[in-house]
Amino acid sequence: MASLNLLIFVSLIYVAFLFAVAFGAERAALRGQGSWLRSPLVYTLSLSIYCTAWTFYGAVGYAARSGMEYLTIYLGPSLVMIGWFWAVRKMVRIGRSQNITSIADLISSRYGKSTLLGVLVTVLAVVGTTPYIALQLQSVTLAVAAFSQADVTMRPLGDQNSTALWVAAGLAFFTVLFGTRNLDANERHHGVVMAVAVEAVVKLFALVAVGVFVVWGIGGGVGATLERIDASPLGTWSVAPDRWLALTALSAAALLCLPRMFQVMVVENEEERHLRTASWAFPLYLMAMSLFVVPIAVVGLDLMPADENPDLFVLSLPLAEGRSGLALLSFLGGFSSATSMVIVASIALSTMVSNHIVMPIWLSRQAGGAMVSGDVRHVVLLSRRLSIVGVLLLGYSYYRVSGGSTALAAIGLISFSGVAQFLPALLGGIFWRGANRIGALAGLLIGGGVWLWCLFLPSFGPGVILSAETMAEGPFGVGWLRPYALFGIAGLDPLVHGVFWSLLLNTTALVGLSLFTFPTPMERLQGAQFVNVFDHTAGARGWSGGMAQSEDLMIMAQRILGAAEAQEMFRRAALAQGLEGYLPEPTADFLQMLERDLAGSVGAATAHAMIGQITGGANISVEDLMAVADETAQIMEHSSQLEAKSAELARTARQLRAANEKLTLLSVQKDAFLSQISHELRTPMTSIRAFSEILRESGDLDVATRTKYSGIIHEEAERLTRLLDDLLDLSVLENAQVRLTLAEVRLRAILDRAVAATGAGGRLRLVRRGAEEVVLNTDMDRLSQVFINLISNAQKYCDAESPELTISAREMDGLLIVDFVDNGTGIAPDSQAVIFEKFSRIGHQQAGGAGLGLAICREIMARLGGSITYLPGQQGAGFRVTLPMQGAMAAQ
Amino acid sequence: MTERRPLFLERSSYRQRRLGDAARMLPVFGAVLMMLPAIWQRGEAEGAPATSSAMIYVFGGWVALSVAAFVLARGLDPSATDPSGDAAGSTRGR
Repeated sequence: MASLNLLIFVSLIYVAFLFAVAFGAERAALRGQGSWLRSPLVYTLSLSIYCTAWTFYGAVGYAARSGMEYLTIYLGPSLVMIGWFWAVRKMVRIGRSQNITSIADLISSRYGKSTLLGVLVTVLAVVGTTPYIALQLQSVTLAVAAFSQADVTMRPLGDQNSTALWVAAGLAFFTVLFGTRNLDANERHHGVVMAVAVEAVVKLFALVAVGVFVVWGIGGGVGATLERIDASPLGTWSVAPDRWLALTALSAAALLCLPRMFQVMVVENEEERHLRTASWAFPLYLMAMSLFVVPIAVVGLDLMPADENPDLFVLSLPLAEGRSGLALLSFLGGFSSATSMVIVASIALSTMVSNHIVMPIWLSRQAGGAMVSGDVRHVVLLSRRLSIVGVLLLGYSYYRVSGGSTALAAIGLISFSGVAQFLPALLGGIFWRGANRIGALAGLLIGGGVWLWCLFLPSFGPGVILSAETMAEGPFGVGWLRPYALFGIAGLDPLVHGVFWSLLLNTTALVGLSLFTFPTPMERLQGAQFVNVFDHTAGARGWSGGMAQSEDLMIMAQRILGAAEAQEMFRRAALAQGLEGYLPEPTADFLQMLERDLAGSVGAATAHAMIGQITGGANISVEDLMAVADETAQIMEHSSQLEAKSAELARTARQLRAANEKLTLLSVQKDAFLSQISHELRTPMTSIRAFSEILRESGDLDVATRTKYSGIIHEEAERLTRLLDDLLDLSVLENAQVRLTLAEVRLRAILDRAVAATGAGGRLRLVRRGAEEVVLNTDMDRLSQVFINLISNAQKYCDAESPELTISAREMDGLLIVDFVDNGTGIAPDSQAVIFEKFSRIGHQQAGGAGLGLAICREIMARLGGSITYLPGQQGAGFRVTLPMQGAMAAQ
Repeated sequence: MTERRPLFLERSSYRQRRLGDAARMLPVFGAVLMMLPAIWQRGEAEGAPATSSAMIYVFGGWVALSVAAFVLARGLDPSATDPSGDAAGSTRGR
């Protein structure tokens, strides 16, 4: 017969064994020998904390009550793990690259390291997990009670609460011992994980053993058992479709959102490739755990008295059959399920409570910030330990208050639907960059509120918190707020109803508000980091290091990471920067690495705040980055202005160079002209002197000769005079001393006069066309002087076989344009620039001009308010004379 | 930040990509498979499957999915999921 003393004895030995396993694993990890600790198998087994006492005992009870519906709880997570390539892989990658410590940390970190979100998630997680912990305590208590009833040597236990209290105290001790041993940067607990893996083996083995006993020991083989199942009250398929769908989805969500699952799946993950093994091994494990549930339930319903709690069939069947060894094993399996869940859940919750509630409060109460004396590590560890005790106390209190009577399955599902409220924020956070803090906050608040109202509060039963009247009529008689019939839509299964509305409103709020609000730079940065984690695993850009003092950082890091670890880390960082000693330069990279390491111990938001305090608030980086971006824009603007300026300078320089070239050229021309004009002056002067000497010396000259000689003298003197006249004319024109005699003249008249004066019509053929009847108000003499010059130029320089000059006049935009185009070779481009300059002479000197004609023309036209320009691109040389029609004498 | 990725991949990388696609599709397929029971007749209704048949269907499908996941997981290269991410699969062997 099973004895309670034996049970207690075996349990204590088992617990001692677990302590030994945990110690061994911790020591092996410390010595660096723990390669077997990091096998994918251990990882997969640690995931099995999904199967709690709720599975071990509750699944059979669930099946006994609702048939195959219990399968949903295991199908959902199986599908999620099979689909690890979607979400789990990304979560693990993010968790590893950002040193995430909990689901609250993930969500808070994703949405701009928001402390408020962290607090909200933590509170919701604590509220959702507390009933679950109570459930584990209850299951152990019930199991012990079942044993004590079977033990005739013992009086029945009068007070089951003491069992629950002892279990809770023992678990708190174990958890504090192994869960807060160190503040590791990566927050991994080798001892705990190993113990959990061992317990996973024990519970699977125990449940399968009971199953095998039921199928082959009682049922008489597989075939007979299947027949027995079909003949039982559970014989036909009877699952409501809405519950089948909703519960599968809910349990799938729970796998991702449960704090304890997040702890083992993401935080304790050693290597990402372990997921590959878990992707098939974990579904198989779940399958094995649920395989024998229906046979046990059916046989239990068959054999056990009707008032026996079906939740305990796993235990009571072997007991009733007199298999005390199997019953002991079964008890250990249930015990393992309960304890492993409580241990991991309380570690996860204590991390969240400590990082998101206690540390921020503690930090804000420290006036000196993170710089105060004392070892912060002690504070963090103490807050963790107190949180663990607090969480377990809460669980125990819930157990006492709820009276331990509710069916296990109901509590479990309420808990699942509570944590499932994280799902929209979680998935939105890792798949959608647009999700922002306001949306996540609103979603969590609304979803959590609906969950509280429709699922959590009613779960205590009518009249406990919500009165029966409220349940039936709604609060204050507001019918559309009835907890089981929101918006007046009644008739839904209460659980499906609550899950549907809470998740729908949650998601709507998240999406809606994210679409219509604008995130802070930090959120956008983190969002990109999280969503694109596979593209670039680079860390968050962060701190501008200038203000931070390495020594202060070191003092703080020592308090959190421990003196030796911090010094080693700083030394390595300094070495990497090529510095001796322990103080690296506080570069952005170093600060970022430090923040990551600190985040592993105290959570992202707290670590951010602590470094922020030391860097003197010259922190948040992203705003800095934005400012820098602005500055960059300004600099770019400046530089483009500079570019414009420099282009202008280059243009000016080019103009100056051109001017200089022109000046040089002119100077050369001037020299050439001076020699030319001396020559021009000298030639007539020489002949004048020579002929006048002849006239003076030789008196016997005949009249004809004398007349001829004096004629030559006269001609040469005239030539001199003409030259001097030209020079004088130009000088007068240039000094604006010219007097214009304006009169109404017809263009034709001026042209006729010019043609007559030049005696054109000989070799040069003239072609005249266009608007020659135009009447001008101008100085006829001066203008005809210009025309004469142009016509005589053509006479002199046109080198065509049969020279021809086309004079065409036309009006355009109030201007009279007269073009003189000949059919010669024209003027070479490099000479075009200088032909209007004084003393400019180009080409052959056939005509022997002084090079003043065009210069005089230009001056005259300027006086007349018009212009003369060279017209390139014609058949030959082309000149364009432009005059205002109304003869406004601009210069006068 | 906008890293240029090759448009076409060599054979082994290509195989990795398609295995990744399969790994993404498997849960969808599994979900459809496991949602079928939701439209079964139930209770006393005509044609409601016996629990034993339902168990064989669900557990059989479950094992089949796990085996498929096992095959895919064996085929997927660990380096395809190492820190250099998706891009690693596309540039290896080049």
